[in-house]
Amino acid sequence: MAMHRGRGFASINYPIGMNLGGDPSQALVHSNPDGKFTVALSSIDLGQGMKSVTRQIAAETLGIPVADVYVDTADSDTGPHCMGSFASRGTHRVGNAVIQAAQEARAVMLEAAAEELEVDATDLVTDGRGNIHVKGATSRSITTMAACQAAQFKQGRTVSGRGIFLIPLSEVDPETGEMTPVSCFAHAAMLVEVEVDDETGEVSVLDMQSAYEVGRALNPRLVEQQLVGGAWMGMSHALWETTEPYYPDRSHGPVDFNNYLMPGPGDLAPHHISVLERPAPDGPFGGKGPGEMCANPVLPAVANAVYDAVGVRIDELPITPEKVLRGIRANGGARPKMRLTRTQFAGAR
Amino acid sequence: MAKKPVTFILNGSERAAFAEEGLNLLEFLRRGIGDLSPKYGCGQGTCGACTVIIDGETHLSCLTMAVAIEGRKVETASGLANGKVHPLQEAFMEHFAAQCGYCTPGMLMSAKVLLDRNPAPTRADVIEAISGNLCRCTGYEPIIDAILATANMRRLA
Repeated sequence: MAMHRGRGFASINYPIGMNLGGDPSQALVHSNPDGKFTVALSSIDLGQGMKSVTRQIAAETLGIPVADVYVDTADSDTGPHCMGSFASRGTHRVGNAVIQAAQEARAVMLEAAAEELEVDATDLVTDGRGNIHVKGATSRSITTMAACQAAQFKQGRTVSGRGIFLIPLSEVDPETGEMTPVSCFAHAAMLVEVEVDDETGEVSVLDMQSAYEVGRALNPRLVEQQLVGGAWMGMSHALWETTEPYYPDRSHGPVDFNNYLMPGPGDLAPHHISVLERPAPDGPFGGKGPGEMCANPVLPAVANAVYDAVGVRIDELPITPEKVLRGIRANGGARPKMRLTRTQFAGAR
Repeated sequence: MAKKPVTFILNGSERAAFAEEGLNLLEFLRRGIGDLSPKYGCGQGTCGACTVIIDGETHLSCLTMAVAIEGRKVETASGLANGKVHPLQEAFMEHFAAQCGYCTPGMLMSAKVLLDRNPAPTRADVIEAISGNLCRCTGYEPIIDAILATANMRRLA
């Protein structure tokens, strides 16, 4: 009886959001009497950072400090419609809607400033620190607060904007059947090293090396947080978690945390992550969505690593000790893949 | 059901309230006292979201009778910040150790007891200390890092 080490690789393309057309999200932006801005959404922040990233996007588009933006969200009674927080769509879909809404609000803010400064709105720029000034003449300036207040209390304008992001319907070519189902892909590749005990069938993940291509990482710390936590959950789905252990037989289904298996802090594997940034042409400031695809490459990579370690090909998740042991028995013992040395590999080619 | 008076120290202040016999400490703190920092996760002692500190030791408040804390000292996450945020809370923010945040109060309690007892914990010590607290978002790494960083900061200070 022995421990066998194996390595597995997987790479994935992850389509952002629901596709084939539609998948709308809306945003409303308005200035308050204190010159700060509220972004109204009904998209949900589950902790992934929706509020932070839409706040950054609104501030960047409006040309004002992040501290001057408040994101009011998660209430479908008071916010405009959003399909929801799933399919890694939040940053991409909601972010685009926020940009459109913020652009419209910014245009009104600049018109109001232009009227106060008696200049043309097209000559005005924002400095991102709460001021609007004439291009090339920083002394001819007005604060964003003063401009917004003039609009609301003197000029009779609402400094507001509406935004929606909607994917056009993808028409099917009647002759070829060709269509464009997806507008934006994120990518990932992962190498996993495991150790398999051929006596117990237990699999331990020893190390994960990954590269994630997420478009532009709009908030690098939140992206890292998503990748670390999401990949851990991928490992968990590969080896532990299921609500239907003997599907379609419903018996032995877990009913609580006592018998729903999941890894704890003692079951972690070191994860070395590289974030690759290739801005998406249709993403907000190039952003895609790191959500679900954090977890996706881990499952096939672990399955491949188990095959490499003991020669058992498991195609039903999770990869439980029972399935590994049954596979080893069916094969008449563990069959580690033959490892070629570098010289042998070169010779074999 | 008969009610009993319970007098105890909550985060340094004496509190008194009536508790039904059989009421658990979690419900007593949340509904009777109004301290919402301990969270209801599973109600059966497997998730750790309701962890509080009683006389310096971590306890699962969902499995503790409210009447059993008579005369004892109870600490919850809402008592950690004293004028300014506690170093552990600071480190949790710095290391992005929360996403949905539901496990955070319990994690902070387990971490506090660890650091009060062992100012120089190893990574393995931290893992053991939080092994009764489930987290579904972070993959635990940022939480472990935050606790180790707090210990390091304290040693340097």
